[in-house]
Amino acid sequence: MSDSRLPASFMTPGTSSFADFLGVEAPDLLPSRRAVPAGNAADLAPHGTTIVAATFDDGVVMAGDRRATMGNIIAQRDIQKVFPADEYSVVGIAGTAGLAVEMVRLFQTELEHYEKIEGSTLSMDGKANRLAALIRANLGMAMQGLAVVPLFAGYDLAADQGRIFSYDVTGGRYEETAFHSVGSGSLFARGSLKKLYRDDFDAEEAVTAVIQALYDAADDDSATGGPDITRRIFPVVHVITPDGGRRMPDDEVSVIADRILASRMQRPDGPAAALT
Amino acid sequence: MSMPFYVSPEQMMKDRADFARKGIARGRSVVALQYADGVLFVSENPSQALHKVSEIYDRIAFAAVGRYNEFENLRIAGVRLADMRGYAYDRRDVTGRGLANAYAQTLGTIFSSGGEKPYEVEIFVAEIGDTAADDQLYRLTYDGQVADEHGFAVMGGAADVVADHLEEHYSAGASLDDAIRVAVAALGHSESDDRVIPTGDLEVAVLDRTRTQPRKFLRLRETRLVEVLGRRGVEEPDAAAPEDALAGSGPRHSGHDDPADPTDQVSGATPPLEDPVTGEPPVAPPVAPPGVPPDGPGTPPSTGTPPTGPGQV
Repeated sequence: MSDSRLPASFMTPGTSSFADFLGVEAPDLLPSRRAVPAGNAADLAPHGTTIVAATFDDGVVMAGDRRATMGNIIAQRDIQKVFPADEYSVVGIAGTAGLAVEMVRLFQTELEHYEKIEGSTLSMDGKANRLAALIRANLGMAMQGLAVVPLFAGYDLAADQGRIFSYDVTGGRYEETAFHSVGSGSLFARGSLKKLYRDDFDAEEAVTAVIQALYDAADDDSATGGPDITRRIFPVVHVITPDGGRRMPDDEVSVIADRILASRMQRPDGPAAALT
Repeated sequence: MSMPFYVSPEQMMKDRADFARKGIARGRSVVALQYADGVLFVSENPSQALHKVSEIYDRIAFAAVGRYNEFENLRIAGVRLADMRGYAYDRRDVTGRGLANAYAQTLGTIFSSGGEKPYEVEIFVAEIGDTAADDQLYRLTYDGQVADEHGFAVMGGAADVVADHLEEHYSAGASLDDAIRVAVAALGHSESDDRVIPTGDLEVAVLDRTRTQPRKFLRLRETRLVEVLGRRGVEEPDAAAPEDALAGSGPRHSGHDDPADPTDQVSGATPPLEDPVTGEPPVAPPVAPPGVPPDGPGTPPSTGTPPTGPGQV
């Protein structure tokens, strides 16, 4: 670290926000402060695609596929797009992969920083609003094709339920009920979840539903990757309950994915919903 | 013109050190203790809001004694430094040694600069490694000196009495429960007798390498402490320490004028500049305009004494 006295700005009481502190102390570290030359930069970097989240009886699950694309090229097969934000929340990001990962790191640090300085965690709405502020700061780059669109979910200990928030590129924050999806395959995933979702799911049923939805997204969207059975690459799944969040281990996800694949062998379009 | 007195540098440093030491000794002690799975911090701190032990980063913790506002500033600076470094580089690149160095430079510069009051604080920075042998415990004093501590360390209050007790009873590689019991007994020990500190007054936190989360810092709640400490006899809160009265003491109705207390309501022989209730200035006898007889119109009847003209006493 620095080999002389801590700068006065470090010792000044005031903001509990890491992003605000960084904006004063080292603005070049903020993803939103970078000058991007005019023009469309959308084709320069890989894009992450579909994220799905659903609430269940005792929490919320979020899952993301593993594909990143650059135009018609598959840039990466095993990218991770769903990250824990803190102990009780998780954030999944669709859009420009490099910026998205950087923004997640900033958001994680932001939540942890607040917790350490203030000695208490932010409320669920407070976390959702901080994420909105970070996305809003990125609007200039979004207009040049480097958009980042997150999906935020977590267990609200005060309200005693799982909650899901979606965003637009201008930082608009919208609370969703039951389930939601973002990214290029989100239309198909949402349509799938509409038919599959029940409000009495337990954790495993909710995980099955979101993996089914990702399968349907991968079925119709070229930018979304399905379960890769030859390389054993499966979606990243996070489950959050009142006891905290955890990433579901790959061997547990693979069991559920294998079951879904077996049933799709019989009926490729997935389970049939009742007509009335 | 007044001549400044000559003060030798030795004398000046000694005065500043005495000043800082006095401030630190006024508070209660904090104990840091290495046990099998990490580092334990115990302090007697009746306040639930003002922590003496806090988390800095994944494997780094901070404990301090002395003036709260000063060590709180240092703590926040440490959190900012660690988070910024972890964000710019990687979480593994945040080290306790680096943080201890930054603190040492800061405290040392403030101590030796003539313009600032030295900080009345003493600090522990602890970092745990993968094994007990890799654990680090640094002690930083008000003048910026860094010492590497092994086993246990005590600062603040009657540190030497507590340290002597620990010297006798500490054993390396103890379990967490044993370590807590030893530390709490040491804090309750004084030259005259042993006291049972109420569990509600204890602030206990650990850096525990067996935690599965990357953040290894954990505060132990009162229920857990009651479990560990069991029945120890009659609890006896500490007498009010000077540090308890540092903040929030309201105006005292002493009934007499204390020139040292700016909040007292009594002014002694000096009349107040204005009425403390209405804010009105006191009624002064008017100055008689020249040529008007002293008993002319305009003399307020309330004064009762004949008005005095200029020059009269």
